Amino acid sequence: MTTYKIYIPRDSSALSLGADKVFKAIKVEAANRKIELEIIRNGSRGLFWLETMVEVETDQGRVAYGPVNPSDIPSMFDREFFLGKEHSLSLGITSEIEWLKNQERLTYARVGITDPVSLNDYEAHDGFKGLRKALKLTNQEIVDEVTDSGLRGRGGAAFPTGIKWQTVLNAPSEKKYIVCNADEGDSGTFSDRMIMENDPFVLIEGMIIAGLAVGADQGYIYLRSEYPHAQAILNEAIDIAEKNGFLGKNILNSKFSFKLEVTRAAGAYICGEETSLLESLEGKRGLVRYKPPLPAIEGLYGKPTVVNNVISLATIPIILDKGSKFYADFGMGRSKGTLPIQLAGNLKQTGLIEKAFGITLRELLYDFGGGSATGKNIKAVQVGGPLGAFLPEHQFDTPLDYEKFSEINAVVGHGGIVAFDDSIDMSKLARYSFEFCAIESCGKCTPCRIGSTRGMEVIDKIKDGIDQEKNVEVLKDLGETMVHGSLCAMGGMTPFPVISALNFFPKDFGLEKSET
Amino acid sequence: MLTDNKLLKIEEHLIVLKDKPGALLPIMHAIQDDLGYIPEESYEPISKALSLSVAEIHGFVTFYHHFRTKPSGKHILQICRAESCQSMGSENIESYCKEKLGIDYHQTTEDNSITLEPVYCLGNCACSPAVMIDDEVIGRVTEDKIDELIQEAKKNDNL
Repeated sequence: MTTYKIYIPRDSSALSLGADKVFKAIKVEAANRKIELEIIRNGSRGLFWLETMVEVETDQGRVAYGPVNPSDIPSMFDREFFLGKEHSLSLGITSEIEWLKNQERLTYARVGITDPVSLNDYEAHDGFKGLRKALKLTNQEIVDEVTDSGLRGRGGAAFPTGIKWQTVLNAPSEKKYIVCNADEGDSGTFSDRMIMENDPFVLIEGMIIAGLAVGADQGYIYLRSEYPHAQAILNEAIDIAEKNGFLGKNILNSKFSFKLEVTRAAGAYICGEETSLLESLEGKRGLVRYKPPLPAIEGLYGKPTVVNNVISLATIPIILDKGSKFYADFGMGRSKGTLPIQLAGNLKQTGLIEKAFGITLRELLYDFGGGSATGKNIKAVQVGGPLGAFLPEHQFDTPLDYEKFSEINAVVGHGGIVAFDDSIDMSKLARYSFEFCAIESCGKCTPCRIGSTRGMEVIDKIKDGIDQEKNVEVLKDLGETMVHGSLCAMGGMTPFPVISALNFFPKDFGLEKSET
Repeated sequence: MLTDNKLLKIEEHLIVLKDKPGALLPIMHAIQDDLGYIPEESYEPISKALSLSVAEIHGFVTFYHHFRTKPSGKHILQICRAESCQSMGSENIESYCKEKLGIDYHQTTEDNSITLEPVYCLGNCACSPAVMIDDEVIGRVTEDKIDELIQEAKKNDNL
């Protein structure tokens, strides 16, 4: 009897749309019809408007169907989808779908293709090649490779990863740590989650290489508590890696040993800030630390520590495998390589796009995103999470590039893009920015702790028409105070969305002029 | 007053975890996962085991949104309030849930079935608006879907 190979994603966004129900329905239907299936729970390809996307292996490659609901299963079997035949939900050969074809998937090369916890799959798709190469290099050679690639911190701060590693390598200490910042709290972002759930070994490999490069033997993944699926998959993958000699003592029979564990966070946005994260990892309140000293010199328990975002670390294996030049050849200006862009919010086609730097917002919103989900005009987008500025339509031609965004007082951040249609009230969003800051501030700096609440009150006054001119001045002055008087980005960047909303959409605040 | 059994469980978690680096975080998770909340009566044994003051333990627990010092209902319904969900109408979902359950955030229904909590991003932003009930994330929620989730949760309570 022939066995047909079927793929049904296990990514938590796919699950949130019913992937498990589709899985069960297909299993039951196959059993009833006595059709032998091998079902693989792969990761998601990141085309979330088509989830649950079911794929079938054929001679021409994998073919896709979506969005599949349990009620579609009988007709799919009637049409013999397991042979790759036509159905009204047919999407054709998966790799030929425009959305995927127009990407440059480097960090996400395996995401959606492999079974996340299959070590065989991982190795069959170039997994652990980077580590094997790194084991033949000196510490300095590994760090040089990362520096030459031009990789910058993908968490949002965009600090050159190689320089951070060099500082830790140069710091004399018996004990050093690698800490992965997996506290992905920005609204509109899910790229870390997708790596952890859909290709956990690549993060593990990146952390091992980081440890090897700087001479650290212990790693922690500080994972947000809102990601239970990611936690389960990471722990399973770490267990498999240990049993197969990739973690623990004498990795791949070398002299290098590295231990890795997942620490579950506890729902504080501020703990995505690296020093607050370290405090939390040490079992304390997540209060932001003064810098200097940098964590690279005095980090976890006062020891030299590499703190990198999930994507930065997950990009290391391909850099080591294919070389720094290969990676640096993608991108523009000082923004080298690729960025996983997350299209979210009010868009027809949302999901993950890995693309070289340089693509414009307009291309992303309309060519990939297909315009707003509601069919109305896109009024504004917020890039880079809750601390990123709102961009109005006339800025949509800005290319995704750290420096170009900085020129217009915006941030690329972690690559999340949230679109809003013209029904949104920008003054409400501005007020929410302050409210969020008030809820999530660690409380150390006064401008952030108190300014956030005062900011809400000032916006209310402006909207109520009370001394508008004066209160707009107060709001701008408060923004300045927060920017210059806060230790970290929480207080230091909250004014960006607020002031951009005020500048570009004054009408929404009950002020006269508005450009839209 | 805490039952002896609960105190015993707290002691057991302390024995297992107290020597771990950064022990307080995993200890709190272990206690909350086990008992459903962190009873204030646990502060003293924890402070002794870790040589911290009771004030430090209190400060820690209240700093993190995830930890609760009072028992929750049988299920926790978290509604994402972040920007992406706002762009897809999460405000309506929020008010619908509050009205339907007759409670505000951080409260529990009278039948002790559901506790309502806000959450700031579930990482399901491509499928906004999103909610999470216990450990299950639900994307593109509608009022009908909320009805279904609540009904499902309450049905399981009565089993």
